[in-house]
Amino acid sequence: MSRGFCVSLRRPNSGIQVMSNVPPYNSSSGPPNAPLGPYAFNQGPPSQFAGHIKQDANSNNPTNAPAFNNQANHYNQSANSSPAFNHPIAPPTLQAMQPPRTSYKQIPNQSPIGNLQNIPLSSASPNSLYNTNNLSYPVNQTRQINDNAPPLIASSQYQPINGPPMAIRPPVSQFQPAASFPPPQPQFPPGPMTSQSNQLPNQIVGPPRSNAMVPPINPPLCGPSIASSMGLPTSNVNGPSLPGPPSFPMSRPNEPPRNQMRGPPSLPMGPMQARPQNQPMSLDPQSQQTGFIGHTNNLSGPQSLPMPGQMGQQAMPPMGPPKNSMQSRYPQMPPSNIQRPPTQGMPPQAPQGMYPPMQNQVPGLTQQMGQLSVTQQGFDQLWGHEMVDLLQCKHILPEYPEEPAEIRLGPQFSDAPNCSPEIFRSTINKIPDTNSLLQKSRLPLGILIHPFKDLNHLPVIQCTTIVRCRACRTYINPFVYFIDAKRWKCNLCYRVNDLPEEFQYDPVSKSYGDPTRRPEIKSATIEFIAPSEYMLRPPQPAVYLFLLDVSQIARDSGYLQVVCENIKENLEQLPGDARTQIGFICYDAHIHYYLISDGLTRPKEMTVLDIDEIFLPSPESLLVNLGEHREMIRELLTLIPRRHSLPGVPASALGAALQAAYKLMAPTGGRITVFQTCLPNIGPGALQSREDPNARSSKDVAHLNPATDFYKRLALDCSGAQIAVDLFLLSSQYCDLATLSGMSKFSAGTVYHIPVFNASRSWQAAQLRNMLTRYLTRKIGFEAVMRVRCTRGIAIHTFHGNFFVRSTDLLSLPNVSPDAGFGMQLTIEESLSDLQQVCFQAALLYTSSKGERRIRVHTMALPIATTLTDVLHAADQQCIVGLLSKMAVDRCVTASMSEAKEALINVAIDVLSAHKLSQNLPAGPASSSLHAPLPLRLLPMYLLALLKTKALRTGTSTRLDERVAAMCDLKCHPLAQLIRLVYPDLYPIHSLAQHVHKEDEELVPDPPRLQLTSERINLNGAYLLDDGEIMIVYICNSVSPAFLSETFGVTAFSQLPDEATTLPRLENEGSAMLHSFIDKLNDDRPYPSNVLVLRDNSPSRTRFTERLVEDRLESAFSYYEFLQHVKSQVK
Amino acid sequence: MAFSFPAFSYIIALIIDAFLIFFSIFHVIAFDELKTDYKNPIDQCNSLNPIVLPEYLLHLFINILFLLSGEWFSLIINLPLIVYHIYRYRNRPVMSGPGLYDPTSIMNADVLTVCQREGWIKLAFYLLSFFLYLYGMIVVLIAV
Repeated sequence: MSRGFCVSLRRPNSGIQVMSNVPPYNSSSGPPNAPLGPYAFNQGPPSQFAGHIKQDANSNNPTNAPAFNNQANHYNQSANSSPAFNHPIAPPTLQAMQPPRTSYKQIPNQSPIGNLQNIPLSSASPNSLYNTNNLSYPVNQTRQINDNAPPLIASSQYQPINGPPMAIRPPVSQFQPAASFPPPQPQFPPGPMTSQSNQLPNQIVGPPRSNAMVPPINPPLCGPSIASSMGLPTSNVNGPSLPGPPSFPMSRPNEPPRNQMRGPPSLPMGPMQARPQNQPMSLDPQSQQTGFIGHTNNLSGPQSLPMPGQMGQQAMPPMGPPKNSMQSRYPQMPPSNIQRPPTQGMPPQAPQGMYPPMQNQVPGLTQQMGQLSVTQQGFDQLWGHEMVDLLQCKHILPEYPEEPAEIRLGPQFSDAPNCSPEIFRSTINKIPDTNSLLQKSRLPLGILIHPFKDLNHLPVIQCTTIVRCRACRTYINPFVYFIDAKRWKCNLCYRVNDLPEEFQYDPVSKSYGDPTRRPEIKSATIEFIAPSEYMLRPPQPAVYLFLLDVSQIARDSGYLQVVCENIKENLEQLPGDARTQIGFICYDAHIHYYLISDGLTRPKEMTVLDIDEIFLPSPESLLVNLGEHREMIRELLTLIPRRHSLPGVPASALGAALQAAYKLMAPTGGRITVFQTCLPNIGPGALQSREDPNARSSKDVAHLNPATDFYKRLALDCSGAQIAVDLFLLSSQYCDLATLSGMSKFSAGTVYHIPVFNASRSWQAAQLRNMLTRYLTRKIGFEAVMRVRCTRGIAIHTFHGNFFVRSTDLLSLPNVSPDAGFGMQLTIEESLSDLQQVCFQAALLYTSSKGERRIRVHTMALPIATTLTDVLHAADQQCIVGLLSKMAVDRCVTASMSEAKEALINVAIDVLSAHKLSQNLPAGPASSSLHAPLPLRLLPMYLLALLKTKALRTGTSTRLDERVAAMCDLKCHPLAQLIRLVYPDLYPIHSLAQHVHKEDEELVPDPPRLQLTSERINLNGAYLLDDGEIMIVYICNSVSPAFLSETFGVTAFSQLPDEATTLPRLENEGSAMLHSFIDKLNDDRPYPSNVLVLRDNSPSRTRFTERLVEDRLESAFSYYEFLQHVKSQVK
Repeated sequence: MAFSFPAFSYIIALIIDAFLIFFSIFHVIAFDELKTDYKNPIDQCNSLNPIVLPEYLLHLFINILFLLSGEWFSLIINLPLIVYHIYRYRNRPVMSGPGLYDPTSIMNADVLTVCQREGWIKLAFYLLSFFLYLYGMIVVLIAV
């Protein structure tokens, strides 16, 4: 309805038709009514407007704020100049326009309340009128729309200034905080209370305080009394009820009532704006100080309080219980006089002396400020601005994983669906509004994305035109602004676009109407089936080529048998359609091709001896259609291991084989899977061993850089031809993965590494089989590109993951797999303070294995933070660690490992220093505590764990290849896996039965996680440590015999083997429970992890103990030492 | 008026400096194109890499002339740049061909800004030194 209303205003001449949509308002008469619209608007049911107002507010582009400034003028202007504007549209319009103006003018004369109520209205009216005028000037449209918006927002901001009356106005629903505004006296206490209760658990703190202070006095009463003492007009009464000093916190923008808070500064109105700023200044020194501090830290308000002399007298007693709770959190907070003044001391003292002039001018403002101060501390709590003393808090790891913090958008989008945190995650859930604020917080800004994740519910849309912004090509998403039924405003570049007719058609209800019913608007993750414009060539078929190393070492390892069998088993499950092609190439010192064609009865091997000049014998029968030659391929897969079972040549011409593969695949694109077991030592791309086994535990690690760019160049060629190269490194010796991984890194492939592989070890064979099965059968997207768009002002600085960066925001991904994650570092290039939110959109265009071109679009919107505290408390520690690990790997390669490790430690130091600054905690080593914001409390622990991962540890002997493989994992694992790798989950399994919960009538064991320290390991316990790659079951020697017999079927600890790789399945409850627990853990990863059972006196128990990252390892900090170190450095 | 070896080296330096100016203009434009997504980084690196060494060598050649002719002031002015060139080339990414720029890392915002800034600074330096050489040449020519 509201939309219809807009339309009517915009086109006065056609108003009658349109208005039929708007029965309540317009029923009486068409055109003349239109101008009255706004007026009527106010009187109408607020709920209806809410929607409308919201919308417009969205479309608001603060940059246009000035429009608001002139609001009245503007309006007049348009009216005055109306003849010119309105010419063709006929006189009625013109007249129609004037009435509103007069009405507008009159309004001020009316009773104050009604008057104020109209303000929002008036702000709306200029828009519509302006639009009317502009009808004849379509050219101006965009601008005009922008102009429209500001008044609306501004009006909302405006309201606070007019304090009391505004409050009376039916609460503008979009601003939650508005409720906490000074409502007229009688409502005062209830107002804040209710507003808080909606949002926060602890709301009592703020308002109740005032109550507590003056128990006998009724809240409503206190208002007036103060007012009288101050000699202010009654309408202002509320304000004064709040003491002067407390009102300063106002200047702290991170108050919950965000919009309002930001309001004043952004207000276009000259005088208004000036006041909020001036006021603190004009106050006595005390106030000045607070105001000043306010910019840097929030505590300023309360802190300044102690200054006045009254302080001492008031001391503790007045404080009610709630206050105490606050104090415990902010220890340095002196007993504030905040509470007092409102009730008693305040009026005669400071406020009166210094305020009067000000207050008279801006009565509403002081009220507002005061009000906020009262509620502020409550909000602090409510908003989770809590901190933790790391040195005191021993059990810091939550027992059950915490959900990532919810993203709270501004009121307009509070219920818009945001992208799942599993797909899209930001290191800070509120983007700092300026780069300097970001620098102050010392947090890395970036996003992690898992774009091709397997999803259960994914809306897929097929339509002829995909609605996108014409300027920046953003896909329409839940966070766009609808200006009216026909136009939408892009949320990334703010361009106004037309909405195609068909977009108003709702496929579900099969009717035309509100565009917000479309799935594009209802879901932040969506997939389009792309029309032909999105194809540069016909969608490619699925093409798979396997390169198998058959050198001597490969034959010894026996991997061929496992791999060929697995491929044979999964031949049917390979994703693809009728065009799927497959091929095999083996290589040792030469290249062996296998020809399959209709003319042959069995596969024919051709060996090319010349590896320096690669050529392809009969390419058409090397890559063959899977469906047509299924039987022969099966035969070939049986033949290959047999053919290469005899001792072979100790040489591997990987480079030549890759060149051959590239030649073969270049016309179609597809996927090359390389199985390599040794260092490629002949032909192009030959490498030499660089690892010095004696330096495996040395301080600084060399040779993390590639030795040659051969593999990188090849990968770039492959990337250009839409070929991805995946590497399975099943090495038994050093293979120079640092160089070889280049082939996967830049062609969007994946590196899988099983160190010291030998197929005769059943667990390794099983691991390879699990890996391969997942690898072969998982979804795959071909010839993909991913573009990440950000709201103007934010730019992508660096990408992390496996891909080739083709332009500033475009990743070329020849293949995309559901197990690949990406990271992006962001920079803030322009101030974002005039925006309400920041959006990111990742669009992945790919060809499915069925030959369909599809686009998967993920959109995430984040609010903006304006204060340091806000930023720090919106941080997402897991995501930060995810991004930092990627940055650290980069740093290892470009600089050195020691520098990377130092940088990681510095992150902890810097962030905690920033927090100290923001909270204005006592400086220096004098304090015995190390405070961290609640959402960052695990950061030091994660960082310490990261320093001890295989990738970054020093001092412990680590094979270079394993280290590089771990680095590759850090670079391209999705976040959940990465965190598990960095900080493994440790569960007690000796008491599974105590921690069960029911799920679908089934008992599911759900033991709490333990911190990774030997303190938590009991001698009579059994533990399971899960890092995503392997699950280590660790049995301590005094474990109960009952557990042993239940789980392992042995009666005594000594009967356990040193090391076992399976858990027996026994027919009893305990064993069943343990297995169901392990199965549950295996559910959320690509392929099941191996199990390793260790006794606490096994020789290889260090595999378990080295993962207890909070303990001291040789030459590495324990958690407590790490904290002490950080504390000594924190400034 | 005497046509001496210093005069000759200044004349050669003037001509070569004009080339260097062109190189750095090309460099600046190329990175601007990268930044605005006009060109594929692979193509751009392929066109940039071959001119890196010629630029360095030309610059070095001028300075050898200055050294031989004893034009110490001009030589000292150029020394830092020579040192920078050597440092830059020693720390180039691993690559088989000549050149400095690696298409896989060049799109990193840091690298891009560094390269662009380097281009502008060099352009300014070459322009200034052009006038310096002109002045030097005149001084040498009119010296009695």
